Amino acid sequence: MSNPGADSSLTIAVVYPDLLGTYGDGGNGLVLARRASWRGVGVRLVQANSGRPLPTADIYCIGGGEDGPGITAAKALRAEGTLQRAADNGAVVLGVCAGFQLLGHSFPDSADRSHAGLELLDVTTHKGTGRRAVGDLVAVPTPSAPRRAADQPLPPLIGFENHSGVTTVGPEARPVAQVVTGVGNGGGDGTEGAWSGRVFGTYLHGPVLARNTSLADLLLGWALSTSDGPVALEPLDDTDELALRGERMAAVERSGRSRVVRWFRGLRP
Amino acid sequence: MTAPTSSPPQVLPARASVAVKALQLSNWLSRALGRGSGTVAGGRVGLALDPALLATLANGRRVALVSGTNGKTTTTRMLVAALSDEGGQPIASNDTGANMPAGHVAAMVESFGSPTAVLEVDEGYLGRVIEDTHPRVVVLLNLSRDQLDRISEVRMLAERWRAAMDGLRSPSGRTGPGTVVVANADDPMVAWAALAAPEVRWVGAGQVWHNDAVGCPACGGRIVFGDQGSWACDGCDFARPPCDAWIEGSVLVTADGSRHSLAIGLPGQFNRANAAMVAVAAPCMTDDGAPGGPGPRLSLPAVLDRIATLDQVQGRFASSMRNGHPVRLLLAKNPAGWVAIFDLLDESRPPDSPVVLSINARIADGLDTSWLWDVPFDRLAGRSVTATGDRRLDLAVRLHYAEVPCKVVPDPLAAVDRAIDMGSRGGVDSVPGADGGIDFLGNYTAFADFRKRI
Repeated sequence: MSNPGADSSLTIAVVYPDLLGTYGDGGNGLVLARRASWRGVGVRLVQANSGRPLPTADIYCIGGGEDGPGITAAKALRAEGTLQRAADNGAVVLGVCAGFQLLGHSFPDSADRSHAGLELLDVTTHKGTGRRAVGDLVAVPTPSAPRRAADQPLPPLIGFENHSGVTTVGPEARPVAQVVTGVGNGGGDGTEGAWSGRVFGTYLHGPVLARNTSLADLLLGWALSTSDGPVALEPLDDTDELALRGERMAAVERSGRSRVVRWFRGLRP
Repeated sequence: MTAPTSSPPQVLPARASVAVKALQLSNWLSRALGRGSGTVAGGRVGLALDPALLATLANGRRVALVSGTNGKTTTTRMLVAALSDEGGQPIASNDTGANMPAGHVAAMVESFGSPTAVLEVDEGYLGRVIEDTHPRVVVLLNLSRDQLDRISEVRMLAERWRAAMDGLRSPSGRTGPGTVVVANADDPMVAWAALAAPEVRWVGAGQVWHNDAVGCPACGGRIVFGDQGSWACDGCDFARPPCDAWIEGSVLVTADGSRHSLAIGLPGQFNRANAAMVAVAAPCMTDDGAPGGPGPRLSLPAVLDRIATLDQVQGRFASSMRNGHPVRLLLAKNPAGWVAIFDLLDESRPPDSPVVLSINARIADGLDTSWLWDVPFDRLAGRSVTATGDRRLDLAVRLHYAEVPCKVVPDPLAAVDRAIDMGSRGGVDSVPGADGGIDFLGNYTAFADFRKRI
């Protein structure tokens, strides 16, 4: 492994925060930028509003939004093609909620009319028939989930979901995690999120990278890896984040929604 | 106040009468048992016994409704002050913030004989309350993201408001003057709704938060914001309507060219905006031809005079003493509200004055704390910051990434004591901040809890 040099630099783009910034997911871009700069990596964080060309970037963060603006965003991104070209060239793409849905083949509006997505992930979303999925979401990464290194699987992913989509993961993509609390993809298989290559989608708000810094570092590692292989990222002081994770896990346990506690207890000898 | 030409029904239908008695009994029980102020409990009982109770109680009254994401309570309080005169009858108003129909019927029962009602209305209930109360005036302040797990997304709300406004064109079974809508022209979501109403007074009250209004609700195009509050869609002809009145700095200008100072007791530009809405709305309540008119038409300067003396609303903006130090209590519930409060801090405090931030995520606050990441907390750099409330750890992580150091203190009172202590040690004159005060900023239940304790 090599260390990120002082001259290495990253461009992180938050995609259309004016359209897809409803659920606080712009924080993902900030978390990535800070965690890179705290390690001495030069960073440019761009709030790439709609209505102008999308900049070329190493990491794109796409957040959740309302139905109408989500459709507008997908149309604009399809028309200009920058994001697909960048992804083809190895850029990292993180999509959350509506941002996850529009990475797929198609996604629904409030009347379940289907709209074309960006075709970056083999997923398809329809509108669910049941109640909107709203609440804490905890999901344990599957063996096929991405990991920073062979011995560094992701810890349980935590966050808050608020959506009415049902997302089916096709054979070209893999689910990220198995839900222990909440709904996630909602297709009946208990999965949450999907990924393939360097494209990662999830229903987790929070924002997801603030509550799951291992995932933030995984994405940074993807973006900083060179032809020599992945880079080593020095550990950061995550005291605040670990305290928050502990508090959220305890709150989910108290709420009685959870099977995660049993899952954890099952791990203990 | 002259005698009203019509008044609320002194004799209620039997069912409503039973419902009112049950409401009063429930409220009395609720208060006696110490389970809160009782307005919501009684109101629910009353509405369960008579679902038409709100309509019955509103019949014959002149009603004003105030709705919007931010500023409802303050604006409602201002409108009550504007319409009150010495010796006049009390105005029915849900001044405790219980802003759904249960709170509305409780307020109407409380001030039973009052010919006038000024009601704060939850954004999601506006259509129903309009149908029940046949208001003379509806004030629409602003719409932005708030409690997304419980309240609809902004465009869904705007559509529902628009349907309610359209309903004003064909009021069922009513006579007399129609409804005047007083709408903030600077908020495209409000404008989209109000354009459907038959009679609108447009006020350029300002809206610093544009992040929920970029996607055009009419065509899906982009709304582009220009100078001096102008905005227009780049894909259709949806644009800022011509205003009947607008704010220039701290002056309210009307279309006839007259200028009125918005020198009011409540601080901040957002309160001057609320005052501007009231200055336009209150005279509409006293227009000639309105049933039960309280007499001569209120003039705009008279309205501003009457609201100038307000200096706190439900404890908001008020200072309490703690160990000899004034602690100002400020409420901010959502990103747009926090931005407005940060503007207020910059306007009223030295740049290093200490602040205590308290965040809860109970049902009334919204269960998801992701919105903290939409708040520009980096604006607090240079201040001593203490994080408290149920969700102080979410706040601490957010501040960490804003690179604003903070101290986490679980108990809000202890947090304030710590802030006072920090201020005392930091200040040359051994007082927190140059003007000796610290600020407590809380979201909804965090604010309410702290107010009770201090």
